[in-house]
Amino acid sequence: MAKIIVVTSGKGGVGKTTSAAAIATGLALRGNKTVVIDFDVGLRNLDLIMGCERRVVYDLINVIQGEAGLNQALIRDKRTENLHILPASQTRDKEALTPEGVEKVLETLSQEYDFIVCDSPAGIEHGAQLAMYFADEAIVVTNPEVSSVRDSDRILGLLASKTRRAERSEPPVKEHLLITRYDPSRVTSGDMLTLEDVREILAINLVGLIPESEAVLRASNQGVPVVHDMDSDAGKAYADTVSRLLGEEVPLRFHEYQKKGLLSRMFGGGRR
Amino acid sequence: MKLLEFLKRERKKSASVAKERLQIIVAHQRGERDQPDYMPMLQQELLEVIRRYVQVDQDAINISLDSDNDCSILELNVTLPRDEQGRPS
Repeated sequence: MAKIIVVTSGKGGVGKTTSAAAIATGLALRGNKTVVIDFDVGLRNLDLIMGCERRVVYDLINVIQGEAGLNQALIRDKRTENLHILPASQTRDKEALTPEGVEKVLETLSQEYDFIVCDSPAGIEHGAQLAMYFADEAIVVTNPEVSSVRDSDRILGLLASKTRRAERSEPPVKEHLLITRYDPSRVTSGDMLTLEDVREILAINLVGLIPESEAVLRASNQGVPVVHDMDSDAGKAYADTVSRLLGEEVPLRFHEYQKKGLLSRMFGGGRR
Repeated sequence: MKLLEFLKRERKKSASVAKERLQIIVAHQRGERDQPDYMPMLQQELLEVIRRYVQVDQDAINISLDSDNDCSILELNVTLPRDEQGRPS
């Protein structure tokens, strides 16, 4: 039986797809059979971030509507073994995504995979609710910024009431906080919420902290999940996040402001 | 003197303002989350009943449900207008 993990946030543009791609890839790199599903019908992006946009033939909706088999729609990742991508439809109506259809797809995948990562669309509507409905665990992606934190709290409310686990009075969905685009220098100057602030307000466990990093844009430009860039802070931070998801204790990194020394100022220092 | 005060006064950091605002809004959201589904409807209908007699604003009514060990208390606060003009003739 696979563990179903939804990557969600409420607010758009906080790094859901980047995180879903990096975490799914990280899980696969650690030897887990992993599939990552794009739930953003009409605005798919996961295929671009994973670098497989030209290999999409069938999608999730095709499978749900019986126009293609699951194995025809699954795309095998070029770089990472044990990793598959199930893209969203770019054209179909959102309503074609039915709870029964999704349940069937997840059940089938569950037999074969260790982890199913669901990349949720933004918002709190149909698609987002369906992405989280069958989840065992949720990664709530949050930027240290007021609107993102408020929306994350809304999502936590939905996770506690609008999921299958909640409806069946089963143990609740396990909630993880993932803070992204964290800028320690701005935190030090008092212009950005600290990670303790965000954690205190949302009152859930921190699973990872991803610093603001140039590597993220570089990675999406190339269609290579940032976790492959292990020279970068963001890549390392996502690898740490994956370790914590797998139950390991890993100390936090990249949350403190490193003052640049004279040498790195003169020579540009390392890559971020 | 004024200048000294001005210099001494430390500007409040924007992050702490953000934190205070968020704590208030999140507490409010959670209060709504934990209430039974019928509460907004109940509040609306109570408001309509009161308005048959006194003209009050939408936000002049405050309703909350607190639960102790074995009983729940529905608390209703209505702020009535100060003068009699709001009252229908």
